[in-house]
Amino acid sequence: MSEVAQPGQPLIEVRDIKKYFPIRSGLMQREVARVHAVDGVSFAVQPGETLGLVGESGCGKSTLGRTIVRLYEPTAGQIIFQGVPIEGHGARKLRPLRREMQMVFQDPYASLNPRKRVGSIIGDPLKIHKLGDKKERKARVEELLETVGLSPEHYNRYPHEFSGGQRQRIGIARSLALNPKLVVADEPVSALDVSIQSQMLNLLEDLQNEFNLTYIFIAHDLGVVRHVSDRIAVMYLGKIVEMSPAEELYQRPIMPYTEALLSAVPVPDPDLAAKRERIVLEGDVPSPINPPSGCRFHPRCRYATQVCSEIEPPLVEYGNGHLAACHHPLNVDAGLTAVGSTSAEGPA
Amino acid sequence: MAERLLEVKGLKVQFATVDGTVKAVDGVSFELERGKVLGIVGESGSGKSVTAMTLMGLTRDVNSRFEGEVVYKGKDLLQVSDTEMQQYRGAEMGMIFQDPMTSLNPVYRIGEQIVEAIRTHEKIDKRAAKNRAVELLRQVGIPNPEMRVDDFPHQFSGGMRQRAMIAIALSCNPDVLIADEPTTALDVTIQAQIIELIDRLKDDFNSAVILITHDLGVVADVADEIIVMYAGNVVERAATRDLFYDPQMPYTWGLLGSIPRLDRPRPERLHSITGSPPSLINLPQGCAFRPRCPHAFDRCTQRPPLENHVDPPSHLDRCWLDVEYKRAHRGDTIAGGKPEAA
Repeated sequence: MSEVAQPGQPLIEVRDIKKYFPIRSGLMQREVARVHAVDGVSFAVQPGETLGLVGESGCGKSTLGRTIVRLYEPTAGQIIFQGVPIEGHGARKLRPLRREMQMVFQDPYASLNPRKRVGSIIGDPLKIHKLGDKKERKARVEELLETVGLSPEHYNRYPHEFSGGQRQRIGIARSLALNPKLVVADEPVSALDVSIQSQMLNLLEDLQNEFNLTYIFIAHDLGVVRHVSDRIAVMYLGKIVEMSPAEELYQRPIMPYTEALLSAVPVPDPDLAAKRERIVLEGDVPSPINPPSGCRFHPRCRYATQVCSEIEPPLVEYGNGHLAACHHPLNVDAGLTAVGSTSAEGPA
Repeated sequence: MAERLLEVKGLKVQFATVDGTVKAVDGVSFELERGKVLGIVGESGSGKSVTAMTLMGLTRDVNSRFEGEVVYKGKDLLQVSDTEMQQYRGAEMGMIFQDPMTSLNPVYRIGEQIVEAIRTHEKIDKRAAKNRAVELLRQVGIPNPEMRVDDFPHQFSGGMRQRAMIAIALSCNPDVLIADEPTTALDVTIQAQIIELIDRLKDDFNSAVILITHDLGVVADVADEIIVMYAGNVVERAATRDLFYDPQMPYTWGLLGSIPRLDRPRPERLHSITGSPPSLINLPQGCAFRPRCPHAFDRCTQRPPLENHVDPPSHLDRCWLDVEYKRAHRGDTIAGGKPEAA
């Protein structure tokens, strides 16, 4: 199953992927509505690259991550891993692929089985894939524990004996056990203290260099993803609304939603924080059962006009690999503005 | 001078456990005036939550021992009886907890939970209490409160639940509002909304706020004064601007350096404080931060006092290092860059 990757070929590519969850009700359990969790997302990730996936709770970023590693069956669209479409694979055909794609979960308390010792939490993937004998597996687990900054003596301990940060290290060690190519990290640092957060971000960066990993890094905080990402995709209600090389997104956000997300990140500098205009988004993300018409962000957007509620803006390229879907793009020269939209002066 | 609501003097809280005595809080002092916001910052296990819960009388237990004083409007709350404490708790001091998912009762409607809080402290009929609940929900920014008051917690989003928690905390017009990591479980966008809301309500209700967090960024633009706690001790205490622009304690630098910042160019590596906080049963001898401090020297085996070393006199810190040395060396840590030796 291990294909030789051709140069320039993305490690993973998704094309117009959709994931809807049916809502059933009544005696016959008829489908009465659908949650449009992921609604037509396309992107490609190159080997060794980190794609940051950012958005608020309920924007579909976790569903997308889980669909990519095929924990969920996509409703429509294609997932191409190393040149092979895998969206239709059944459980048996997926099994060899599971070694190549792993996941790190958000909650270090819920994602480790409290009744199992660290040795079997990290070692079970090896057992399932029938790799090595008992002795070799133990040696491998001890090596992994050292790699993530724990000690081999922790082999026989239970998860409750560890702090939140240490547990997250166990989760990372487990994801690395099978030497994967792709790691989908779903909010791996959101549950941790800032001081531990930075340890974890540095660790993930080191591991990427050491094992040539490709990451899809999911987070709700643009401050956190900046440190790990090469490119960043901003999601809103199941769609990508802006995608750009990492630094470019911070210098020149085009979509007003990105601008609002950026301004929500706290700045640890009282004078600057007082001076800075903070765009506080009103309310929550609308329900993905009946997403708003036109641009899905328009009910919360301060630049919204009539056209935003009627026509859905397409994802347009603004140069530099910077894509955005907006009728009133910010920080864009009038000449570059997409056809059919008026230019809006963004704050400098 | 504004009215002084709360004065904590040398507070110590210890818990007897099978493994030994946990010194959760080991000598904390501060004052709180009406209209002010006090930030308490530290990692998990630094004693910041135990301090807050002790103010509310929530750590009273056969296994806990208290020392020091918690003087609220001239009365020492550590000395009052449990029944008397109930009159303060909720009515005079309100508390917002970290996790809005688990601190609301899932089988009672939001409105019922607010009405319960009101009727515990005031003799007022159910209908009037419910009207107050609707009004409170409106004040904390719940849209369509007449309808939503009859919702159950699961029908609210995380941000709305935290707003409902704030409504409960404010239901009896408390003078002191204690918010224990009110935004840690929330998205950054919702975090911005909640912090702004707490700051605004403090003025509307003419109260004082204690805001507890592990992220210095959260308190930067709302706190008037900040206390940095480590292993049950106050290690630095200063007005907000002094703390951010002239931090004296290497631990504070580490906290500042760990924050991924958007207002500065991306550093090669984030600074991280190596290791984890010490066990509160076996505290290291001398300065508790010594084992993790890259600047530690032989004098650090004695415990430094909380003293003033710089202008203004209100800026206190617990560190033996020379002020000039600190000013010359802290930049590296705060800006990130070089990884600390493990």
